[in-house]
Amino acid sequence: MSFMGLNLLTIAYLLGSISFILGLKMLSSPATARKGNLLAAAGMGIAILATIFLYRDNETGEPLGNYGWIFGGLLIGTVAGTLAAKKVKMTAMPEMVSLFNGMGGACAALISLVEFSHISGSIQRSGIHEGHGGTVLIILLGLLIGSISFSGSMLAWGKLNGKVKDYSFAGQNVLNLLMLALALVATVWLVIHPESSYLIYVVLLLSLIYGIMFVLPIGGADMPVVISLLNSFTGVAAACGGFLYDNKVMLTGGILVGAAGTLLTILMCKAMNRSLKNVLIGSFGATASGAAATSAQGHYKEISLSDAATVMAYANKVMIVPGYGLAVAQAQHTCHELEKILTEKGVDVAYAIHPVAGRMPGHMNVLLAEADVAYDKLQEMEDANEGFKNTDVVLVLGANDVVNPAAKTDPASPIFGMPILDVELAKTVIVNKRSMKPGYAGIENGLFFQPKTSMLFGDAKKVLQDLCSEIKNI
Amino acid sequence: MEQVFNWITANQQILYIVILMIFVGIEVIGRVPSVLHTPLMSGANAIHGVVIIGAIIVMGKAEPGNYPALILGFLAVLLGTLNVVGGFVVTDRMLDMFKKKK
Repeated sequence: MSFMGLNLLTIAYLLGSISFILGLKMLSSPATARKGNLLAAAGMGIAILATIFLYRDNETGEPLGNYGWIFGGLLIGTVAGTLAAKKVKMTAMPEMVSLFNGMGGACAALISLVEFSHISGSIQRSGIHEGHGGTVLIILLGLLIGSISFSGSMLAWGKLNGKVKDYSFAGQNVLNLLMLALALVATVWLVIHPESSYLIYVVLLLSLIYGIMFVLPIGGADMPVVISLLNSFTGVAAACGGFLYDNKVMLTGGILVGAAGTLLTILMCKAMNRSLKNVLIGSFGATASGAAATSAQGHYKEISLSDAATVMAYANKVMIVPGYGLAVAQAQHTCHELEKILTEKGVDVAYAIHPVAGRMPGHMNVLLAEADVAYDKLQEMEDANEGFKNTDVVLVLGANDVVNPAAKTDPASPIFGMPILDVELAKTVIVNKRSMKPGYAGIENGLFFQPKTSMLFGDAKKVLQDLCSEIKNI
Repeated sequence: MEQVFNWITANQQILYIVILMIFVGIEVIGRVPSVLHTPLMSGANAIHGVVIIGAIIVMGKAEPGNYPALILGFLAVLLGTLNVVGGFVVTDRMLDMFKKKK
């Protein structure tokens, strides 16, 4: 029976591994993405159930015990995870991903802690064996990477929901590298002298602090990139567990995510036309002050609600440029409402979608889809830039850096080289913002001071509601 | 040095898997459009939740009286489950919104 069971376990793990590879493949194409996610989930379910019921210890052949604890953890985790994932608002989804990622990292770190105490116990009883060095190394790597991923993800989560501000000081990079080096030295020392078991807490503490310090100076707009990077870290931490237990499904799943996550991180940077090094080390704030000084001067003009309503109602073509402000205000439904009212008045309305508008790539597509905006109304950046010259009014809703002309004109600007939406090509530009405060990148926007631009201050939802009622009355 | 070579030989299967999986991981998502970056990240996030299997093994092997191991193991199972279930559900929600567009 136990032989049969182990064979079944092997097959279950094989199925799990295949489902992860296929699932990831399907996730990278729009038509199959959803099925891919479900396939990977099914594979995961099979692997988990098979582990619970079919796993046998290598040496003793014993099945797993403590079913009450296992099912208790699974049950609470499932209920809490489902509720959290179902209840979370669209705007908070990147935060949620970061939070879940941190949970995975913590899980890997906890496994390492328990396994280390096992191995150091056996060393105390029967001395050091030759194989211990490699095992201790894997355990410590799992702990190191898992802890960095955990504390880093928690901080990224705090940053995205606004609880933690960016903070950097001189010599931070040096201090960070020093801490990482110390953690690695402690790791190597432990591998050679596994009996100095207290050092594991040094490794744990240093990597937790390192995770925080590593994310602390990075700007909020770059958080998706950081989360993606930490995501691949957790993948590697999971793979360490796979190495430790000689467990192929953990190994394949972990390495797969580690590799794909690293590539995805680089692709995300490319979409913003930045390098990973630039995101991680050259944090936005350092160069922003120079660029801000040059364009901060100048006057902007405000437009009243009724004027804005009139201009839009009598336009032939209106392009809406949504940004993070729209997402924060949860104004996507009101925005769709405005689009319908304008369309009824015979205005041609479309949305210009910048690929990295918002807090995550594709944020605006998801947000507007939630409000049932028709797919063909959403124009990608290239098409939108073609269309702006025939556009009468561009309504910028809480977007800032993605329409900042400095990306094209000012080589000193930190966002120089990032592709932007050329809203200036349109006849008039109306910008809705809460205040004149610069956007997430912390840079002034020359667009706001141009003669054809007028500002419409206020919360996006409130302003859109007022616009809707004004336009209805025209 | 010899120890290192011994270790490599003893773990060669695993090392082969690691190297091949790195290439598979890169190959598989090479052509993802930028709109799918976030769901893909989220889906990958759920997949590394496979670390839960390690947590289950730790939990299942803990001796019933060893409370530190039981508690750490329980926490690991709990957090791993959050990663897996939350990860897949949130990805599904994201992708569900994409589907509606058509």
